[in-house]
Amino acid sequence: MNALAQDEGSQNLATYNFAYLDEQTKRMIRRAILKGIAVPGYQVPFASREMPMPYGWGTGGVQVTAAIIGPDDVLKVIDQGADDTTNAVSIRAFFAKTAGVATTTATPDATIIQTRHRIPETPLTQGQVLVYQVPIPEPLRFLEPRETETRKMHALEEYGLMHVKLYEDIARNGHIATTYAYPVKVEGRYVMDPSPTPKFDNPKMHQSEALQLFGAGREKRIYAIPPHTEVVSLDFEDHPFEIQHFDQPCAMCGAVEVYLDEVVLDDKGGRMFVCSDTHHCESRQADGHRGALLGESPGAGDDAGAEKEAIR
Amino acid sequence: MSHSDTLEALAAAGIAAPVKPLLSVEGLTRVYGKRIGCADVSFDLWPGEVLAIVGESGSGKTTLLNCISSRLTPTCGTVHYRMRDGATADIYKMAEAERRYLMRTDWGFVHQNPIDGLRMTVSAGANVGERLMAVGNRHYGNIRNTAIEWLSRVEIDEDRVDDQPRTFSGGMRQRLQIARNLVTEPRLVFMDEPTGGLDVSVQARLLDLLRGLVSDLGLAVIVVTHDLAVARLLSDRMIVMKEGRVIEAGLTDRVLDDPRAPYTQLLVSSILQV
Ligand SMILES: Nc1ncnc2c1ncn2[C@@H]1O[C@H](COP(=O)(O)OP(=O)(O)O)[C@@H](O)[C@H]1O
Ligand SMILES: [Mg+2]
Repeated sequence: MNALAQDEGSQNLATYNFAYLDEQTKRMIRRAILKGIAVPGYQVPFASREMPMPYGWGTGGVQVTAAIIGPDDVLKVIDQGADDTTNAVSIRAFFAKTAGVATTTATPDATIIQTRHRIPETPLTQGQVLVYQVPIPEPLRFLEPRETETRKMHALEEYGLMHVKLYEDIARNGHIATTYAYPVKVEGRYVMDPSPTPKFDNPKMHQSEALQLFGAGREKRIYAIPPHTEVVSLDFEDHPFEIQHFDQPCAMCGAVEVYLDEVVLDDKGGRMFVCSDTHHCESRQADGHRGALLGESPGAGDDAGAEKEAIR
Repeated sequence: MSHSDTLEALAAAGIAAPVKPLLSVEGLTRVYGKRIGCADVSFDLWPGEVLAIVGESGSGKTTLLNCISSRLTPTCGTVHYRMRDGATADIYKMAEAERRYLMRTDWGFVHQNPIDGLRMTVSAGANVGERLMAVGNRHYGNIRNTAIEWLSRVEIDEDRVDDQPRTFSGGMRQRLQIARNLVTEPRLVFMDEPTGGLDVSVQARLLDLLRGLVSDLGLAVIVVTHDLAVARLLSDRMIVMKEGRVIEAGLTDRVLDDPRAPYTQLLVSSILQV
């Protein structure tokens, strides 16, 4: 891991260390990661470095990835589930160039997946690491702006305020209207912000086989959920936690029980719902699954038809 | 007759005191550099007793109240509190978690300015429900119903339960702050000039309400005020402070009708002149 990037593409980057960060900095970040793993859900302060990209572009996630990536790793980067957005493409290219690592869009092939705002639909497995880009790590921030106070609240496990927020949600909307960054309690101890993933993904964090690491660059915090850790979404007895449900399957691949994005088709109000996880959608299509927009293929017609029936 | 008088009478008759004080303050002192905030204050407070701390501005009332209620660390002196289980604890030797738990369950603190004691950007219901949620209540319907009950006890209409206190008048805010404190049925409530910022007519209504709640709930109260009329209406006993020290203490009626210290005489006569 100490080797300088040697491949042709990085000749003109000879002054950069492997994966951009110097070894000293990586060690500092790894210490923060190890502490985070030892105390699941606890926000570990770290000396966040300037990265050659602006805050909001995932500088926290990039630093975490840079600290853990080795030459044999295979990297996948997603933004809202998609591998092909500018942010995802740039970060993938950054590591291809500075670390010379292989990249992929296939979830099962990746050893490290850096993500902004989604967890892949394909269940993660042992040995994989999911690195989240986090804008605001402090779940108590919205009602308690004082950092000294929020730290004390975590230390003393004073989490009444989290339920005040959910109470307000119900009082205003009749139900818990929080759909993103839905707070969770980790291993029965620390309340944690899962970053702006949809609450649809919260159950995937629970007892995951993969290691989950969270990096907030601007706020200089790292936290972690080790594999096989209990992650519980906060709720009320009479308003239990629920994930979003969609009343139609993916228009492209016919998938159900996945997270869908609404896509506007024309200016006459035409719209469709498609998988937010582009790799999941494409691999289903490659297997012959067809949604309403692509028509039902002979090969997968029964399957897609059955799924649609199940939804009606 | 106040509790302490009863006890004195019992003691005089050679009968052992049946209960211990709820709160014992001993030698409490707080200095700010060379300046004295409060000095060498000692007293006992009995369950259900209302004690007023009076004195002119700058006499150390707020400093004393904050030192007793563990919001400000004293320079020296002790505060002992009899917990619900009957054990007496030195509040400055408790673990911080335990002290903070005590502060939001068995104690209340009513600030002069309701903005300091309320969350202005969440609803009245959530303001009242916060303590319930903090102690682990996880049933929205029950929390909301309890909040509505408490709003009505402080004369706030049920249909304001989802409104933010930003939209409330000064008097309503103060009543909401009181409900927010009382929802866990504390045994001791601290109040710093609770009627301070209000119009005279609003003050009178709030004082009536407070009197009713204090007697219905059997609350012990330590109320700081520079207004002797407030002390007269609310308190059983009072202490008079000057330059950080207690210069007179006794039953409220006795102190106000027959002040002994020349300074207290001056204070009492100055309000009579108004
Ligand atoms: N934070 C502080 N720093 C320095 N001096 C203070 C501070 N707070 C209060 N004092 C001083 O302590 C004395 C008592 O103040 P305070 O307790 O606020 O009195 P009161 O509430 O009776 O008006 C005053 O002389 C005041 O100036
Ligand atoms: Mg004061």
